[in-house]
Amino acid sequence: MRIERREEVSVAALILAPFGAVLGALVLCAGLIAMAGVSPWVAYGEMLRGSFGSRLAVTETLTRASPLILTGLAAAVAFRARLWNIGGEGQFYMGALAAAALGHSVVVGLPLPAAWAVIALGAMAAGAVLLLIPALLRLRFGVDEVVTTLLLNFVALLFVGLMVEGVLKDPMAFGWPQSVPVASGLRLPDLVPRSRLHVGLVLAVIVAGIIWLVQARTVFGAQTRAAGLNPGAAAFAGVPITATLAKVAILSGGLAGLAGAIEVLGPVGYVTTTMSPGFGYAGIVVAMLAALHPAGVVAASVFVATVFVGADAMSRATGVPSFIADVIMAVALLAMLVALLFATYRVRT
Amino acid sequence: MMEAFDILTTASLWAAVLRIATPLILGVLGALICERAGVLNLGIEGIMTLGAMVGWLTVFWGGDLWLGMAVAVLAGMMMGWLHAMLTVPLGLSQHVSGLGITLLASALAYYLYRLWVEVGDLPPTIVPFQPLAVPGLSSIPFLGEAVFTQMPPTYVALILVVLVAWFLNRTPAGLALRMTGENPHAVEAQGLNPHRIRIWAVMVGSGLMALGGAFLTTAAFNSFFPTMVQGRGWICIALVVFASWRPGKALIGALLFALFDAFQLRLQTVVEGVPYQLFLMAPYVLSIVALVLVARRARVPEALMQPYRRGER
Repeated sequence: MRIERREEVSVAALILAPFGAVLGALVLCAGLIAMAGVSPWVAYGEMLRGSFGSRLAVTETLTRASPLILTGLAAAVAFRARLWNIGGEGQFYMGALAAAALGHSVVVGLPLPAAWAVIALGAMAAGAVLLLIPALLRLRFGVDEVVTTLLLNFVALLFVGLMVEGVLKDPMAFGWPQSVPVASGLRLPDLVPRSRLHVGLVLAVIVAGIIWLVQARTVFGAQTRAAGLNPGAAAFAGVPITATLAKVAILSGGLAGLAGAIEVLGPVGYVTTTMSPGFGYAGIVVAMLAALHPAGVVAASVFVATVFVGADAMSRATGVPSFIADVIMAVALLAMLVALLFATYRVRT
Repeated sequence: MMEAFDILTTASLWAAVLRIATPLILGVLGALICERAGVLNLGIEGIMTLGAMVGWLTVFWGGDLWLGMAVAVLAGMMMGWLHAMLTVPLGLSQHVSGLGITLLASALAYYLYRLWVEVGDLPPTIVPFQPLAVPGLSSIPFLGEAVFTQMPPTYVALILVVLVAWFLNRTPAGLALRMTGENPHAVEAQGLNPHRIRIWAVMVGSGLMALGGAFLTTAAFNSFFPTMVQGRGWICIALVVFASWRPGKALIGALLFALFDAFQLRLQTVVEGVPYQLFLMAPYVLSIVALVLVARRARVPEALMQPYRRGER
């Protein structure tokens, strides 16, 4: 038996791959749900009801999807250039921290759009710096960025702890370690009244559109693709690899930082060390399920948000531990890898 | 300053160093075996978490402590088998597959723990390993307390360093494993199967990682709780590079690291006015610094992260 590359990869196969992967994951995880003594049909039904069954459920799912779109894009743009940014979680927190610090006092008094722009830029810069460190360590010293970005996640989270128990501590929070809140006038307006859904969702979708355009239509987009596919040949063809990867790092870290900012300006309002239910790590799953395509990222984010929000509701209704959502995510990621392989390769016996 | 020096001369510090180093030694050895055969195993963080959970659960359900260790190894090997299937015959990205394994193994650990264990206000506990004084040697002043009054798995870890070094450097099977990581084509030319060698290496390596995780719940602590591995797996991946893929140096790296960790834990109580988060950050920053220091000199196995396909160069 041997595996060889298909001469022509069909677009249909590429689009079907994530659906196959998700279906496979749901089938495999049905066994785990059955172990809890609950019928998988009932459990999956409850998940769907909990994530889409009511107006409130839908808005909760989309609220959860908003930062995921941005962390998913962060992973996708980096992976496309073979920059393994696994530090989205840390970059998210740095962005959130910057947003809270700026939004509490610095930008208060500026006219609204300008204040938001300053916060967004500050949050993106904070996220970008955290990724530039490992990116430059790789470019300058050849240090593998997977390990360094992973390690920096822990450093970033401790730094957030340091800040919310120190200079950014909210004196009105009855001793809870949370940061000072952003000024109430700076909070993002609701998209749907009486819900947590805010205009951050629209922003995230627009950003996905911009990334799509940049990747499809600009020299920078072509250079990141070339740097990812074959760095040696790209360098030979005159692509400035170092500069391209540094720009990709700034973009990717910036997107994850922006995710932190919209979470602070949107539903949360301040920073805690537990505010992210793994947005950075889930972003990696989102990017892979999307086959690194910006439009796919939006769809995959909604799916991932569905599973997480749905699993919480399902857990309350049936008693199946909500960690099943994490298992489904992980299996879907691995199944997606296999599905993509069979979309691009064939097995010869 | 004198206080800092005093800390270094206490036997209890050095006993703690070996205890803190044990999961790292086992994890580094596991990662090293995988990588010497040519497979990066980023599943380590999740495999350690799963090992910690199933090792503890076996004892919680009435099993012997050593049975817990064995079950943890088996669970680790199963995860290793999955990672090997995806990355060796299918040749998928070792980075992404490894991260997927970490997500899967830790999610499974949390899910099954929640499913099978009733957690009240505090996580339930077991009776963990007790320190075992080596007859005779433990009465040596200082050394006896520092080295020869450890938990039994610590002795196992130290013996495994010697065994793995001997296996890799002195046995034909070890040579074949190292060659698979350098030049799988040459292995094939010798009539050996590089795929089979890689699959076994990843399974055995993953078993050791899980053993390191199980040490946390059956010796270092007595209960399981989520996120208890705290990046130790990632630190092990960094330590393998720091050790230039050599078991002896891996032991030294793990001990240095543990020394630093034990020292900062004690320093926290002596030095006032420094936020504890800065001390907790130190191990991760130190790992990154260690990677930068050795990066230029590192001799990576030639075929690391290169999938091997027959008849393809």
